[in-house]
Amino acid sequence: MPNPNNEATRRVVYEKSRGLTDTPLTYCPGCTHGTINKLIAETLVELDVLEKSIAIAPVGCSVLAYEFFNCDAIQAAHGRAPAVATGIKRAEPSKVVFTYQGDGDLASIGTAEIIHAAHRGENITVIFVNNAIYGMTGGQMAPTTLVDQKTSTSPFGRAEATTGKPILVSEMMATIPSATYIERVSAHDVPHITKTKRAIKKAFENQINGKGFSMVEVLAGCPVGWNLSPVDSMKFIAETMIPYFPLGVYKDEGVAV
Amino acid sequence: MKVLMKGNEAISEAAIQAGCTAFFGYPITPQNEIPEYMSAKMEKAGGVFIQAESEVGAINMVYGAAAAGVRTMTTSSSPGIALKQEGISYLCGANLPCVIANVARCGPGLGGILPGQSDYFQATRGGGNGDYYTPVYAPATVQEAWDMVFESFDIADKYRTPVQILLDGMLGQMMEPVEMKVHPRLNIDKPWATNGNADKRPRNTITSLSLFGEVLEAMNLQRFKVYEEIEKNETAVENTVKEGDTVAIVAYGAPSRIVRNAIDELRAEGINAALIRPITLWPYPYDTFQDLPKSVKHILVAELSMGQMVEDVRLGVNGKYPVHFYGRTGGVVFEPGEIANKVREIMGKPAKPLASGQKQMTDSNLKGGI
Amino acid sequence: MNKVIFDEAGCKGCVLCVDVCPKKILAPDKSRVNAKGYNPVVCNNMADCTACAICAKICPDSIITVERG
Repeated sequence: MPNPNNEATRRVVYEKSRGLTDTPLTYCPGCTHGTINKLIAETLVELDVLEKSIAIAPVGCSVLAYEFFNCDAIQAAHGRAPAVATGIKRAEPSKVVFTYQGDGDLASIGTAEIIHAAHRGENITVIFVNNAIYGMTGGQMAPTTLVDQKTSTSPFGRAEATTGKPILVSEMMATIPSATYIERVSAHDVPHITKTKRAIKKAFENQINGKGFSMVEVLAGCPVGWNLSPVDSMKFIAETMIPYFPLGVYKDEGVAV
Repeated sequence: MKVLMKGNEAISEAAIQAGCTAFFGYPITPQNEIPEYMSAKMEKAGGVFIQAESEVGAINMVYGAAAAGVRTMTTSSSPGIALKQEGISYLCGANLPCVIANVARCGPGLGGILPGQSDYFQATRGGGNGDYYTPVYAPATVQEAWDMVFESFDIADKYRTPVQILLDGMLGQMMEPVEMKVHPRLNIDKPWATNGNADKRPRNTITSLSLFGEVLEAMNLQRFKVYEEIEKNETAVENTVKEGDTVAIVAYGAPSRIVRNAIDELRAEGINAALIRPITLWPYPYDTFQDLPKSVKHILVAELSMGQMVEDVRLGVNGKYPVHFYGRTGGVVFEPGEIANKVREIMGKPAKPLASGQKQMTDSNLKGGI
Repeated sequence: MNKVIFDEAGCKGCVLCVDVCPKKILAPDKSRVNAKGYNPVVCNNMADCTACAICAKICPDSIITVERG
């Protein structure tokens, strides 16, 4: 029987990925950005492309992501990350280029850039974090804010009559003929985190294999912006967000599913 | 051997010859020949051409390509350049080299597609947010536009800054013979590039962000130290004023050539006028106005605008001479006779009829009077 | 014995790990706060740890290391 205190027989089951730097994450307690950051970091290490990767950080809560990913990184103007990624990827086609964008960044100010990066079939990977709110600026209403959800600019709840219904980004992106892979996942519990990582991995493998534009939409929690505890935020994703934002593969290998 | 080319074509081919391998454009008149030329030639030259979704998209693609360390360019015309200001501010904040050509038209707003010089403030004062400048080159001939493209890429790389080439639609559309001289390229290492080579060096990051006041201030101070170097080394002007000349006429770009004709006309009738032509609009050749011959009594500024560069001339003159202004806008181009008549007026001589039949502007007109 | 190790200085007290631990052996230590001002999560019964690493997987701040031994 092995000695339980024998260091030689000990095995690390889980540790912080070397795909992340030592810089402490600046996100609020329980923010899903940290979870998604590490899934990307782990994926880049597992695919052995960390050193040849270039991250594009957005404006928003993850504006400092260029300090977190342990690879070359660049900070882009609000919404413009897909255009910046296009410039880098076309200049350095053998490198792995990805954008990391929130819903204010991608689904509001950056709609033109994301749609046209997909429309051109840019061989890049986009990780789209949908937490239904502008977190960094103080919890304002986003295009993905749910109807009746209270935010600092929809204090009585999002009114459908004047602000419409939440935009369904994955469904919309799947209609773009040159997009290769579009999937919506969630990071609210460990089984879903495992599925999220699988989707992220596929999105990067597509790029490495030259298959073109891949986007993974990850449903995420904003406990501070939502005025919920981190644990209740995860429940909110499961019970309220997922019914409106159905999980699944919306397009694969250029074929809508 | 010289080749007959449009200004827009000269800029395109010169960029390719200067080693630009990434061009990002968007259609807008009167610069359309540039993206059209690039779409035909760039790929064959081993580079990238993209017609972006917007001017905003194009300048951000430039931001990406510049960050990756390649020579990159975008071009547009006035309202399109207005859209690029966000990107230009970020490029300056992140110290990224690139070249931006503005084949200017008239404004404000959609304005018109005829040539104008009313983007002077936009180009020289920093049209975006924050403390920054970009070097601005103002070619007057198609040949000069060709040569300036090479210089612009070198200056951009040398000082890690965006460089603007400001010409007007007249020069963009004008055909002139060009000596297609390929100037030697300044080769500068870019160890800061985010080009995915973190296996060979520590990882690189590029950002214009700092949330700490002292850090951001230090970044700005460092940038202004570079600006001081640019002002010292790169200020360029053509000054033809000699002892005995009484009127110095200041004009830049293609309209400076109309002013030359006016000067010929004036000198033939005994009025000693001479041209001062700023070649760089930032840095501006302010010192020129302090070192003029004693014979100079008046300065006249001629622009295709309501008077923008005239403010820089006044800064340079600093009260030493009376500064007069003559301008046309909306795409109306002054004829030599208008400039000559303005000088005659300054010198107390009678006006002569204009060959074009255009109306002579009065000071009152240019202040909004009818 | 299996081991769950917290980088306590980085803990933000979100307690997502506490919520998902199948053995319910994690809890914030209410007797102290870390430099960030949070009650750091600790393991109260290491002997029951199965090294499933579910706590580490959900930790947004990557402060949990899990060892099997």
